[in-house]
Amino acid sequence: MSQVENPSPAHSDEGPQVASVASYLKSNVREYGLLIALIVVMVFFQVVTDGILMKPLNLTNLILQNSYIVIMAIGMLLVIVAGHIDLSVGSVMGFVGALAAVMIVNYEMNYVVTIIICLIVGVAIGALQGFWVAYYKIPAFIVTLAGMLSFRGLTLALLNGQSIGPFPTGFQKLSSGFIPDLFGVGRPHMLTIVLGVVLSIFLLYASWKDRTERDKFGNLEEPFSFFVLKNLLIVFAINYLSYIMAGYRGYPNVLIVMAVLVAAYGFLTSSTTVGRRIYALGGNVKAAKLSGVNTERLTFLTFANMGLLAAFAGLVFAARLNTATPKAGYGYELDVIAAVFIGGASTTGGVGTVTGAIIGAFLMGVMNNGMSILSIGIDWQQVIKGVVLLAAVIFDVYNKKKAG
Amino acid sequence: MEHSTPSIPFFKNNNDCLLEADMNTILEMRGITKTFPGVKALSDVNLTVGEGEIHALVGENGAGKSTLMKVLSGVYPHGTYEGDIVYKGEVQSFAGIPDSEEKGIIIIHQELALVPLLSIAENIFLGNERAKKGVINWRVAHSEAEMLLKIVGLNKPTGTLVTNLGTGQQQLVEIAKALSKEVKLLILDEPTSSLNEKDSEALLELLLEFKSKGISSILISHKLNEVVKVADKITVLRDGQTVSTLDCDKTEEMENRIIKDMVGRELTNRFPQRTPNIGDMLLEVKGWNVYHQIHADRHLIRNVNFNVRAGEIVGISGLMGAGRTELAMSIFGRAYGQKISGEVQLRGQPIDVSTINKAVANGLAYVTEDRKEYGLVLENSIKVNTTLSNLEGVSKGIVIDDNAETRVGLEYKQKLNTKCSGLMQQVVNLSGGNQQKVVLSKWLFANPDVLILDEPTRGIDVNAKYEIYTIINQLAQEGKGIIFISSELPELLGMTDRIYVMNEGRIVGEMPTQEASQEKIMRMIIKDKG
Repeated sequence: MSQVENPSPAHSDEGPQVASVASYLKSNVREYGLLIALIVVMVFFQVVTDGILMKPLNLTNLILQNSYIVIMAIGMLLVIVAGHIDLSVGSVMGFVGALAAVMIVNYEMNYVVTIIICLIVGVAIGALQGFWVAYYKIPAFIVTLAGMLSFRGLTLALLNGQSIGPFPTGFQKLSSGFIPDLFGVGRPHMLTIVLGVVLSIFLLYASWKDRTERDKFGNLEEPFSFFVLKNLLIVFAINYLSYIMAGYRGYPNVLIVMAVLVAAYGFLTSSTTVGRRIYALGGNVKAAKLSGVNTERLTFLTFANMGLLAAFAGLVFAARLNTATPKAGYGYELDVIAAVFIGGASTTGGVGTVTGAIIGAFLMGVMNNGMSILSIGIDWQQVIKGVVLLAAVIFDVYNKKKAG
Repeated sequence: MEHSTPSIPFFKNNNDCLLEADMNTILEMRGITKTFPGVKALSDVNLTVGEGEIHALVGENGAGKSTLMKVLSGVYPHGTYEGDIVYKGEVQSFAGIPDSEEKGIIIIHQELALVPLLSIAENIFLGNERAKKGVINWRVAHSEAEMLLKIVGLNKPTGTLVTNLGTGQQQLVEIAKALSKEVKLLILDEPTSSLNEKDSEALLELLLEFKSKGISSILISHKLNEVVKVADKITVLRDGQTVSTLDCDKTEEMENRIIKDMVGRELTNRFPQRTPNIGDMLLEVKGWNVYHQIHADRHLIRNVNFNVRAGEIVGISGLMGAGRTELAMSIFGRAYGQKISGEVQLRGQPIDVSTINKAVANGLAYVTEDRKEYGLVLENSIKVNTTLSNLEGVSKGIVIDDNAETRVGLEYKQKLNTKCSGLMQQVVNLSGGNQQKVVLSKWLFANPDVLILDEPTRGIDVNAKYEIYTIINQLAQEGKGIIFISSELPELLGMTDRIYVMNEGRIVGEMPTQEASQEKIMRMIIKDKG
């Protein structure tokens, strides 16, 4: 491996494969740049808001406010990696919330049954759209634009133009509930702190194991000092955030759900055959097809999955507002799509990560929250968000050009 | 080739030069050095082209031919390279392509730059419209386009959309476009690489005709037989340096001399030796019929029967459009066409090839003629591309075992001698030959019984070709059946045991390779037409 016959510009170090910290950071600037941007933005708002940003109540609210965007961003990431787009998610989210309200409030159905039915409806909606995209090659932009209009209309029809609520407490817990403190102290919330510690130990173990395995197969690029620094930062961040949230009411239920989803989809995209094939078909659909990848079915499933997550987000949103309104989810598809692109996904498909999309979503969330605290009007908030999105993608394209 | 040559304004000045054509120098590139960060792509290269001369530029991939032409045409503007370009006696400083085009230097790239959904006339005058104050005079445009088409020998209405033309015809449109700009020096980058023998022939004839009109050409080509046939002079580049400039004497030894200069050593044999060890019947295709992908009434493949035995390399030759790729892709999981009928048998048993997955599972593999479009996920790493067809082979359930995948990647990298900076290198950064090795790695890891290789050495340099041939021979030795589709007859004659000849969707001949010759194959095709 030391014989480099055809040196690529990105990888010109000689001798051992492990790069220096500086050159490693440079060649992975996209991944870490985003994280650094998030930290910088958080520190900035922490300072200018006189510490309000990281107050326990505000941090908890920040997570609750962004949970539905994060949940949908996971599904959208897969859609975008596969080379498509889904404009209907905001409307689908509103529609499912409305459906839940009608079932629970008007027809007094059990909320567990309602949740299950609503998720199935979400999958069906996604599948219906995916069917046209995958098997009839109708551009996703058109199919989901139609979906966006139709489901917005259906939401209005279902709600008769009015808000329906409130929901029973059990249903509200989906979004506004917190995990119980098994240790019974209440404040600070001990279970939250313990979970934070357990999670960090698990992450440390997993990344150490991964590193030694990579080392064994000469697959190692990350410098050791960088590895230590990165893990210290992650552990610090987890425990610091846990500590703050323990000062309020502990982890919200929805955070646990989000964490599970992120872990599951992170694994799906990075380590499974299904995930790999979605990336391949997004990168070059013809080559993937001729390599035996069932591109139609995967595209179909990607959209069905998007429907599932949009429905779930709709339930979380309705539970959080404790009411279903005709305006629910209005324009959210754009926030979700922006989060995925800020997170480094390629507009042509084949590139992007779940972590990136999540960080992208939180980057937007922190900016929303921080600017609201500073009482910057919604007008300028939109302008700033727009500029950030454009800047992120310009940065991406510029980087790619430099590397190529 | 007959071209009626009407007297038209495009050649107006050139006839005068005819008498002294060989004496005058139109272009002299002196001491050109071009450096990219970390790489010296060209180092002190000299190239002299006489007026009315066909000058061939040959060299392996990466020797610097394209870079040199980019310097000449202004893609790399004046100031980004060292050395002088003297054109028509003056030192030029081109800032971009428009500058060089204005002086009559026109380059036609390997990848054609035509807009498929515009007409021939619209393409010819694109960027150079026959217009007054932005309003196009279509009457003039079409009549001029018609004249140009006459010169290049393309008999099509000027309103025809380019997408409806074959590759060879599109090439002619490109040349017509060059002529519309009053070309003095025409640069053709691999013009015949995607043409069949007949179209190539016609194109070369056209170059000779231009020569007689005083237009100079620089011809970049891997096909040495063509080079020797038409070129007056040949400049050989190797590793960014001029190795030699030869007077072309159109003899047999010429080719060998060029190859020697290109690779820096004598290639005694262009094809590796193999003692055929042919076993039992492996794959049999019977009564195969395919209709066009979109136009359901076009019967593309008509009642084709063929077979390949274990350890046998079977060639399929034919002109472009004979249906070879369509035949191969339709067998490979119906990747092409509709209303497909017929039977495929493996070792005497009928197998299901109705989807690509089933075809792969039943032991077929298809290496595409267009590896960038259909063979590779260019932005992905070598590792990811290698396992794409057989992810199950490195997975437990649906979970990919990263280490197993790395092991497989390394194994095939070593086995095929893929030159790269590491398994994680993106395949887009590899040379053509190494990209092809990644495609082959992918299919070898899927462990097929029969490999269909569609133009496996297209756009690959001499050394890498030899390596690919060696790999193919090894596969045959391991008892796999190889179906070898190629437009280069010498390659088929050098590599195969048996050759099928295809024309217009039918198999029109079959012969053992020992009894085959280029003339015999061409005669079969022509006779079939008549």
